[in-house]
Amino acid sequence: MKNVLCALFVLLSCLTSIPSLAGVNIEHWIAASGARVYFVSSRDLPMLDVQIDFAAGSAYSPAAKAGLAGLTVGLLDAGARIGDALLDEEQIAAKIVDTGARLSGSADHDRASLHLRTLTSKPERDAALELMRAILTTPSFPDEVLAREKARTISAIQEAATRPDRIAARRFAEAIYPGHPYGVSASEESVARITRDDLLAFWRGHFGAGRAVVAIIGDVSRAEAEAIANQITDALPPAPVEGPLPDVTLPQRETIRLPHPATQSHIQIGMPALKRTDADYFPLLVGNYTLGGGDLVSRLVQEVREKRGYAYSVYSYFEPRKLAGPFQIGLQTKREQAGEAIKLVEAVLADFLKKGPSASELKAAKQNFVDGQALRLDSNAKILGYLSLIGFYRLPLTYIEDFPRRIEAVTAFQIREAFARHVRPEHLVTVIVGAD
Amino acid sequence: MLRTSLLGLLCLITASFSGALYANPYEKTLANGLRIIVKEDHRAPTVVHMVWYRAGAIDEVDGTSGVAHVLEHMMFKGTDKLGPGEFSRRVAAVGGRENAFTGRDYTAYYQQVPKRALPEMMALESDRMANLKLDAGEFAQEIKVVMEERRLRTDDNPQALLHERMNAVAFQAHPYRRPIVGWMNDLENMTYLDARDWYRRWYAPNNATLVVVGDVDHVALFRLAESTYGKSRRHVLPERRPLVEPQQLGTKRLIVKGPAKLPYLAMAWKVPKLKDVERDREAYALEMLAAVLDGHEASRLTKHLVRGQKIAQSAGAGYDSTLRGEAQFVLEGQPAEGRTVAELEAALRAEIRRIQDDGVGAEELQRIKTQIIASQIYKRDSMMGQAMEIGRAEMTGVGWRNIDTILDKIRSVSADEVQAVAKKYFGDDTLTIAVLDPQPLAAARPRPASGALRH
Repeated sequence: MKNVLCALFVLLSCLTSIPSLAGVNIEHWIAASGARVYFVSSRDLPMLDVQIDFAAGSAYSPAAKAGLAGLTVGLLDAGARIGDALLDEEQIAAKIVDTGARLSGSADHDRASLHLRTLTSKPERDAALELMRAILTTPSFPDEVLAREKARTISAIQEAATRPDRIAARRFAEAIYPGHPYGVSASEESVARITRDDLLAFWRGHFGAGRAVVAIIGDVSRAEAEAIANQITDALPPAPVEGPLPDVTLPQRETIRLPHPATQSHIQIGMPALKRTDADYFPLLVGNYTLGGGDLVSRLVQEVREKRGYAYSVYSYFEPRKLAGPFQIGLQTKREQAGEAIKLVEAVLADFLKKGPSASELKAAKQNFVDGQALRLDSNAKILGYLSLIGFYRLPLTYIEDFPRRIEAVTAFQIREAFARHVRPEHLVTVIVGAD
Repeated sequence: MLRTSLLGLLCLITASFSGALYANPYEKTLANGLRIIVKEDHRAPTVVHMVWYRAGAIDEVDGTSGVAHVLEHMMFKGTDKLGPGEFSRRVAAVGGRENAFTGRDYTAYYQQVPKRALPEMMALESDRMANLKLDAGEFAQEIKVVMEERRLRTDDNPQALLHERMNAVAFQAHPYRRPIVGWMNDLENMTYLDARDWYRRWYAPNNATLVVVGDVDHVALFRLAESTYGKSRRHVLPERRPLVEPQQLGTKRLIVKGPAKLPYLAMAWKVPKLKDVERDREAYALEMLAAVLDGHEASRLTKHLVRGQKIAQSAGAGYDSTLRGEAQFVLEGQPAEGRTVAELEAALRAEIRRIQDDGVGAEELQRIKTQIIASQIYKRDSMMGQAMEIGRAEMTGVGWRNIDTILDKIRSVSADEVQAVAKKYFGDDTLTIAVLDPQPLAAARPRPASGALRH
């Protein structure tokens, strides 16, 4: 047995001579079902990744039933049909494990996703894909599993309500998205209201091929990828194509203080700022590197952490979404010095909004993005992430190869203008948990 | 069916390829004692470059707990040639990513960079191996950052706090009783001289291992290492004395209060670790037991306690056989709403008892074996993951050559061996039980912030 395993290693070493990931050749087509498919053939390892994303994130749940999107994805594998057999959650879990596959689901604000990683040896691959198809197309959402998972979700919500970071995140979302689905988090009450009929209706209404993006990378041919895309999408429910989400309205400037016994204050500052398809994406990305995106080299880290020792973690980022996703600055600091730290962060931000990056900062930011291009593409997992991103937000197929050129083209003027448009002090909300 | 098909896959491989590249990874030791392990992986034009020092919290002494980790922070503060923060700016300038981490058994530094930047990384990393500049001013700032890190990761995180306090109870003499991040009081009283002493004692080529995974040629890499790391002088390392915990003589219990909603329970038994890769069997059986309990979605604890009996909100098992210190087998979990810690404890014990009485099924063992084979392939997708695996194996004394041997040995574990370790090692006398007693937020008062007076 040992020799066989060693031989396996040899295979993996032998097949690695072609730098196949240096340039990414994305193939794209529309499956007969209507699903949009993005495929990269990667022959180095005998494995396959398949991800399907639906426009079915938490923003599509009714506010009164917040938590519905997450529960729907989470319970896809609670019961499904293969042929005439109705499999329960234990049978499904066992079957997946027996193939050596990894199957996981998630829901963010925009997307509900299911990801399968499997070996490409035929029986394993076929069995894993058959299961993926089954749970996507014939979920049974059994009542008793739903009751248990609702109870666990409510417990998790109650537990999160004791954690300063989670309290801050929840209140921050609520405050920067007043009245908008992006601001709604699952609550004990909203989860308690969810019924099996809600799950079925949400699945039927949102898990259709017309709302689906399939991303595939691995040791399969184009023809095989086409067959896989058909297999997992041709029996999806006939959900309508996605409609628009309600508009985001900007919040008024505000500071919210919440009590907590923690030794540190958890601080979040920000506002809704950036759509994934916004033309200002690149200036904001490059500019934010200097402000608080570059790990140990950003201004926020230099001023807050390196010079004053106020925090272990301080950062800023844009999280682009279908509609304006948040711009956010975050840090945690000993509660007695929270006031000082916030003043400092505000001064760093104000200075950056006024002057933008210096010539040398801009050069350093561009260097990091451009020269780091290969690092964004050096595994199947990373490329898979790009495929679903490109597909879901309808970015150009050349997004990856254009990336360095788009970064290079950014000017300091564009950064100042873009920040002035998207980060507006009159709309910035500050949440402090553990405030004195 | 599955077994056959997986074997089929392996046979295909055996038949199709010669052993020409069997040597990968490649290994060399420089004259100054630096060990180098290179794994060529040419899938993408990138490289992971890591230096591991065999110095971690286990090597600390009372009064300066946390110094290994503090020094890790100070390693970014400049050398004779390089100003504070310059290291990070250089890594960022080549498009790289970097970080460092301190464990019980080791401290490691890494950069992920495009391959053309590797020579510069080796120059930078070898420079701070020998020429770190430690001054009181930089230290005074950075120790505050470390205290904030402790507050964030431990003091305000009830489950982390529970594990810290639990280790301090489970181990009385063994250094695993001290937290990696250090006690707050020790951080408050630490000076730059403590960090300097630590650096002088342990940061030497003959106490380090260089691990490189990625698009490199090992011959060129060895040459480059010679011209960079090769310049460092070998040190006389301190004697490492045996560190043995006296035998535990009865169950230990502790309660930790903290702001939370759900209680949390952890049970840790002292068990053997892996000492002899070829001859030991019990460590492999314990690994298999941990996987049967908590190795995958269909494993016992989740299936029985979370889904079946609904006693637990979450439940898990953990065992690491490869470490420098002493091993523990941990069961942990949160009781489900309406259930008690006592019920969860009884349920976790019942799972062990069931294996003691009835053993485990062939199908369950087969499942773990399948998972191991699959993970052997999946892990190849991440250069960082591969470098981590090699570095850990080197630091804990197992050696990279044994990584696959160990997996192979775990796959060879029989149902009888699993049952035997379940019977032998889960008595009450070696057990430590810790319970998080959740306190309502309103009742919990802020603890006085340590360190407020010092700076």
